[in-house]
Amino acid sequence: MTKLGKLSLVGFACLLALTLMSPAVWAEAGSTAPGAAAEYPWWIWPLLLLVVTFVMGIAAVLGGVGGGVLFVPIISGFFPFHLDFVRGAGLLVALAGALAAGPGLLKMNLASLRLAIPVALIASTFSIVGAMIGLALPTNVVQISLGATILGICILMLIARKSEVPDVPQADRLSSALRIYGVYQEATTGQIIDWKIHRTPQGLFLFVAIGIMAGMFGLGAGWANVPALNLLMGAPLKISVATSKFLLSITDTSAAWIYLNKGCVIPMMVVPSLIGIMLGSFLGVRLLRVTKPGIVRWIVIGMLGFAGIRALMKGLGF
Amino acid sequence: MADSTEKSLHARPEQLLYASILEKGMYLGLLILLVTYALYAFGLVTPYIPLQEIPKCWTMDVHHYLETCKIEEGWAWLSMVRYGDFMNFIGIAMLAGVTMVCFLVIAPVLWKQNDRVYACLSLVEAIILAVAASGILGAGGH
Repeated sequence: MTKLGKLSLVGFACLLALTLMSPAVWAEAGSTAPGAAAEYPWWIWPLLLLVVTFVMGIAAVLGGVGGGVLFVPIISGFFPFHLDFVRGAGLLVALAGALAAGPGLLKMNLASLRLAIPVALIASTFSIVGAMIGLALPTNVVQISLGATILGICILMLIARKSEVPDVPQADRLSSALRIYGVYQEATTGQIIDWKIHRTPQGLFLFVAIGIMAGMFGLGAGWANVPALNLLMGAPLKISVATSKFLLSITDTSAAWIYLNKGCVIPMMVVPSLIGIMLGSFLGVRLLRVTKPGIVRWIVIGMLGFAGIRALMKGLGF
Repeated sequence: MADSTEKSLHARPEQLLYASILEKGMYLGLLILLVTYALYAFGLVTPYIPLQEIPKCWTMDVHHYLETCKIEEGWAWLSMVRYGDFMNFIGIAMLAGVTMVCFLVIAPVLWKQNDRVYACLSLVEAIILAVAASGILGAGGH
């Protein structure tokens, strides 16, 4: 790793430690009493959100995860905000990231609209169901489920394989009927890759669960979309990553409307988070050239594991 | 054959149309959101909930928050849009609404291309998003 890369990594770790170890954050972390958060001036919170989400934006790009999956467990675990508002903000953070990336990915023909539409139909319908379940369940139940899901994501990140171009001997009947196939050029080798998918019914069925989890926890669902599209349905990795990112702009939209209509959106939380994540993502893309993604991936898994345990403990009342 | 490969390397017309609308809607929504937030956070427009009171609100669950602050669910924010905090919902609603517009625009394009299945799927997706946006889907409180 270059000197700049090492410095960036150390700087990133220090900034993260500083923000998460801030007395204000820790003083509030265990408390949800309405008066407790008011001990600090109001502007501390959006400022802290901006700094923490900026770091998250960097980590998300370098760790290859979406902003939403870091946002909900970390912000709900270490900030005084109620989980209802964190989930609403988390969905909007994931939505903004997907909206920003979507047009470019579609124009480059890396995200496939033909692959996304049937999947989105299932995932967005069930993300509405998930949002309604999440808002109807007691907070501690959602918090415990969130902690368990986050720890599950950590395990998935540790064990999941990736296949650049999976072997799909024959397209299944449903994907053939829907004409879900395409061609793309691998930029690094110039190779032209014809792709098709298989196991479409099973894949669509899996998106029922993915949609429910996305809506219930406000996580975004890139962590689940990519393995489902790549490993189960056999789409090439680049097509899976790009289509997954674009897919979030549809899945998260439907769940975001439910949270918006239920009053779970507080602009003072949402806007600094959006700005922080987006600025962090811009810097993250630049740092990607000089840092070793492998190391950052371990940091991200560590952060998620820590936040998952914290969510579990909070839900269990510790 | 080479021509057809070259052709299929590029995005289809409906995909490019979708991308173009999504891009414009995203930029417009983001711009409105940043401007309205600046007006709100710098105190240029009076908020419904005073800024110093906000830390008391976000610790409550949503049910108590709405009850305590006397805020109604759904599209009631439209009637409060003159307040700095609710003004931000214009940009948020634009960001959350642009996808629905994209599907409504590409559905007739797909129909004209005789891609009837995808035209119907696009229309159904737009309806699903419209139902979610309408606020008619109630959720239980906790």
